[in-house]
Amino acid sequence: MKGWTAIYYREILILRKRFFRQLASMSVMPLLYMIAFGYGIGESVTVDGVTYMNFMIPGLLAMNSMVQGFGIAAEINIARFYWRVFEEFQAAPIRHIAYVTGEVLFGITRAVMGALIIIILSWLFGVRFSYNGYFWLALILNAFLFASLAVCLAMVVKSHADQALLVNFVITPMGFLGGTFFPLERMPLIIKEVLSYLPITHAAIAIRQALFGYGPALFSYGVLLVLGIICFVIAVWCVDRARE
Amino acid sequence: MIANERPAIDIVELSKNYGRIKALKGVSLQVHSGELFAYLGPNGSGKTTTIKILTGLARPSAGTAYVNGFNVEKDSIHAKRQCGYVPQALNLDNELTVEQNLYIHGRLFHLEKGYIKDRIIMLLDYIGLLDRAKSPVKELSGGMKRRVMIARALLHEPKILFLDEPTVGLDPSIRRKIWALIKRIQMDGTTIFLTTHYIEEAEFLADRVAFLAEGTLVTVGKPQELIETLGRWALDIVEGEHMKTLYFKTQEEAKTQAIQYPGSFSVRPVNLEDVFISMTGKKVQ
Repeated sequence: MKGWTAIYYREILILRKRFFRQLASMSVMPLLYMIAFGYGIGESVTVDGVTYMNFMIPGLLAMNSMVQGFGIAAEINIARFYWRVFEEFQAAPIRHIAYVTGEVLFGITRAVMGALIIIILSWLFGVRFSYNGYFWLALILNAFLFASLAVCLAMVVKSHADQALLVNFVITPMGFLGGTFFPLERMPLIIKEVLSYLPITHAAIAIRQALFGYGPALFSYGVLLVLGIICFVIAVWCVDRARE
Repeated sequence: MIANERPAIDIVELSKNYGRIKALKGVSLQVHSGELFAYLGPNGSGKTTTIKILTGLARPSAGTAYVNGFNVEKDSIHAKRQCGYVPQALNLDNELTVEQNLYIHGRLFHLEKGYIKDRIIMLLDYIGLLDRAKSPVKELSGGMKRRVMIARALLHEPKILFLDEPTVGLDPSIRRKIWALIKRIQMDGTTIFLTTHYIEEAEFLADRVAFLAEGTLVTVGKPQELIETLGRWALDIVEGEHMKTLYFKTQEEAKTQAIQYPGSFSVRPVNLEDVFISMTGKKVQ
């Protein structure tokens, strides 16, 4: 496992260089959602007994942790195809698991940063939750899963263009359809059944239950953990396959 | 396996296929410890593929290779510790400083923080860029970046340094500086494996050269010995649209022969390009 700190440290150094740009970029999407759905729909709509804003924020946190966790794929691709720094990691005496660990931890770091931004913004919009340990556990498991998936896909794609396709066809639809912005109960049975297999659905359930104080959604935590471990193992294999 | 029982680099029947393309076809060669070995061939001949296999970036389709006695596939972690690698493409983190780039490399090779910092100062002084330690890499010239990459590859004190086309794209004066640096590194005891398609680079630097053409090893030998297989002097004769080259042991013989031809001619010393052409029918550059 030696060497993961070097991978993580490099990512943190680059993040530090772009810190304010990154912070601003991470704030745009949640801010737009809060203005559009918070002010736009406002207090007039209630979902499952809470205002739409209160319903939406947990979903937004789930979606954002997915997007930020998965966002490392773009960074890895830039390092691989543009700067070619990935060759430096391949030539170093570190195991593939160390590389994946460093990158995934960075994905989790980004997700936590994104969550803190949403928490601050939602507080400014008057939304108050108790961000307990169950919430952070769900958020970190979700980021772990999608950061691991990001490493897998970053190793498989052949160009930046492929990467954009994956975001358009996988991440964006999942973000909208996984019970983040509406309750799945309102969906037709067959669609509900399909959507219940998405990991983001379980992240939204776990985060929502934690923030609403309903106790831990154990099954959803289990799904996120198992899928996360599977993606992580595949990511290690994909890094090995990325050798020419 | 104990290191140093074998040559610094031992390549045995190494092959590499990319789909239907055979990039390397059963190459075998040995590089001795402390030697500066040049791997010469035109673009696409398999030079970079060989280096990538030796440094762990590519897996061989067949055959084996050892660096300092360690199998590059079965004992890749130990093998990689023996090697410093300077790829052809600039691959520094442009947003980070020179110092940060070197520091990350040291961490990747599990070196102690204090030791890394001492090595950075020493190596930047060695390559003449100590005053640029805090500069972002993006502010450096191409030649400076190349020197930083060499310093980075030396940070963990490798036994073998792999240089893939180290002077490609650099102007002649910078190229000479890089050559001087490479010579110094060899004199400090590092084995150097260098790929190039610049004839003069191989002639100036190498103790031995290997010719590679279309994935096949053509010959291996000392530059002067290879040159002398043809003769020391070449006579280039222009006949219509074609040029013919004849080889002679002495300049006098070449000049005597030249006056028999009505067209234009030139007499010059034989070089490795002549040897390569005579063996493969193709040019290196």
